[in-house]
Amino acid sequence: MSYAPAPGVLRKIEEAIGLYPEKSAALLPILHAVQDGAGFISPETEAWVAAKLGLQPARVREVVSFYTMFRRAPAGRSTLQVCHNVSCALAGAEDILRFISEKLGIGPGETTPDGAISLVTVECLGNCDHAPCLQVDGVDHGPATRETVATLIEELKAHG
Amino acid sequence: MAENGFRLLPGDDESWRLEAYLRRGGYDTARKVLTSMAPADVVAEVRKAFLRGRGGAGFPAGVKWGFVPQGGAVPKYLCVNADEAEPGTFKDRLVLLRAPHQLLEGILITAFAVGIRTAFVYVRGEYARVAWRLEEAIAEARSAGYIGPHVFGTDFRLDVAVHQGAGAYICGEETALLESLEGRRGQPRVRPPFPAVVGLFRSPTVINNVETIATVPQILARGANWFLGRGLPKDGGTRLYCVSGAVRRPGAYELPAGTPLREIIEVHAGGPPEGRSIKAVIPGGLSAPLLTPGEIDVPMDVESLARAGSMLGSAGIIVIPDGTAMLDVLLVTARFYAHESCGKCTPCRIGTSWILKIVGRIRSAGGSPADLDLILRLADGIRGKALCPLGEGAAMPIQALITKFRDELERAVAR
Repeated sequence: MSYAPAPGVLRKIEEAIGLYPEKSAALLPILHAVQDGAGFISPETEAWVAAKLGLQPARVREVVSFYTMFRRAPAGRSTLQVCHNVSCALAGAEDILRFISEKLGIGPGETTPDGAISLVTVECLGNCDHAPCLQVDGVDHGPATRETVATLIEELKAHG
Repeated sequence: MAENGFRLLPGDDESWRLEAYLRRGGYDTARKVLTSMAPADVVAEVRKAFLRGRGGAGFPAGVKWGFVPQGGAVPKYLCVNADEAEPGTFKDRLVLLRAPHQLLEGILITAFAVGIRTAFVYVRGEYARVAWRLEEAIAEARSAGYIGPHVFGTDFRLDVAVHQGAGAYICGEETALLESLEGRRGQPRVRPPFPAVVGLFRSPTVINNVETIATVPQILARGANWFLGRGLPKDGGTRLYCVSGAVRRPGAYELPAGTPLREIIEVHAGGPPEGRSIKAVIPGGLSAPLLTPGEIDVPMDVESLARAGSMLGSAGIIVIPDGTAMLDVLLVTARFYAHESCGKCTPCRIGTSWILKIVGRIRSAGGSPADLDLILRLADGIRGKALCPLGEGAAMPIQALITKFRDELERAVAR
């Protein structure tokens, strides 16, 4: 199946290309735009992006696979990122992670069977004065407690 | 201009709005610089102020700017490093959220001083929402004529664009940042040539941290001598110290360079919570070798920390309380660097992953002092043998942790 970006996504792509003196520099913003639209980056999407920028598909793949924020497979409708670096670990990140895992019935790197929530661990989110911290679909939360994450999960399930 | 105009992090809620920034005298300095100063004099003033880079390496910004060749037809670029990812560091996030116009004013002055017409702000992907503030500030500044084809009605032209990363600690390293900005994997380049000569799109490029650039306006407003008076002779000004971990008031504190580490922790951040005590302190982000409680009377400046066998780094202070298992801290540290090593240099790629494997094994199944020696040897095998500072930054804290807490670690792995 071939890929074609939605009009809004295509507009973002053209804007990104206009920002740089060399269009291959727009690769990261374009990948963000297509992933925001489709949820992940498929091989067909990679091929489309490569053609758009005049690159080999392998050049796109090596970038997609390097950066942790790019996904090559669909994730849940929401992604819960739990920081487990030092400041958060000192503040009980492992306990929070265990609690979330039990509540969702999945481990880090997995998605709930209903496709609602993906759980991942991440390195420092730069929010250490709110440890333990997490990020849900780009929104920061912290300091997290069992109570706040329980509420958060209920909200995600309700709105998913 | 009110005194609070010189603070990096103004307290009022709407401080990030252009209107609020103008009330504090915002953009007055850039206007003065662009309309009445020669670029070379701006560079000289910043050099005299001894503004050390706030990103980690601590290199004097004015000296860095002086490396950029002047004249010639090739464009020059400014890259502002907002890829803040050193564990324990969150100051650039706060500058972006609360003082984006101060950053833009710093960008204007820097660009004018070095003869730059295009600036990119490289913001880590996880700060996408934080970057919205900056995007809004850019739009406000553009409609006010502070950015664009005729800044303040002069012939000076400046474009500023935000570029978002996608999750890679290594992109905070300046040449990896350039690779990433050009649309490739964030893997460091061989130096020389240095970015000041061959940087973004093979052009001369200045790369400075967010806090560094946001500090520039106060130097030009009050002069290098005033700035030096607020810090040390070889480390001018105040800076943002981030404190996290076991303290009553975690947060960012804006204090003179050279403020004692103990004072920052105990007075400003309130010290450890009731009934707890300090076991160790990481003084400058995770890459900085940790200090024991007997070592924290050190002044927090680049040279003092180096003399103490650690580094000021990003000035991200993490307070580790009594009762913490240092084997757990070792695991978190090893896991981080194994995850973030970009894979380009073999000693770092292989070294960090083997260290993680060994730490994982001795933590779950026990081990012997020989395992700790093996980790030390592997760390030593990285040092001085990688292209960029990530390898060094991975090896140093691991070596310090094992050396300073050896007895505890030996007991912890003995079965």
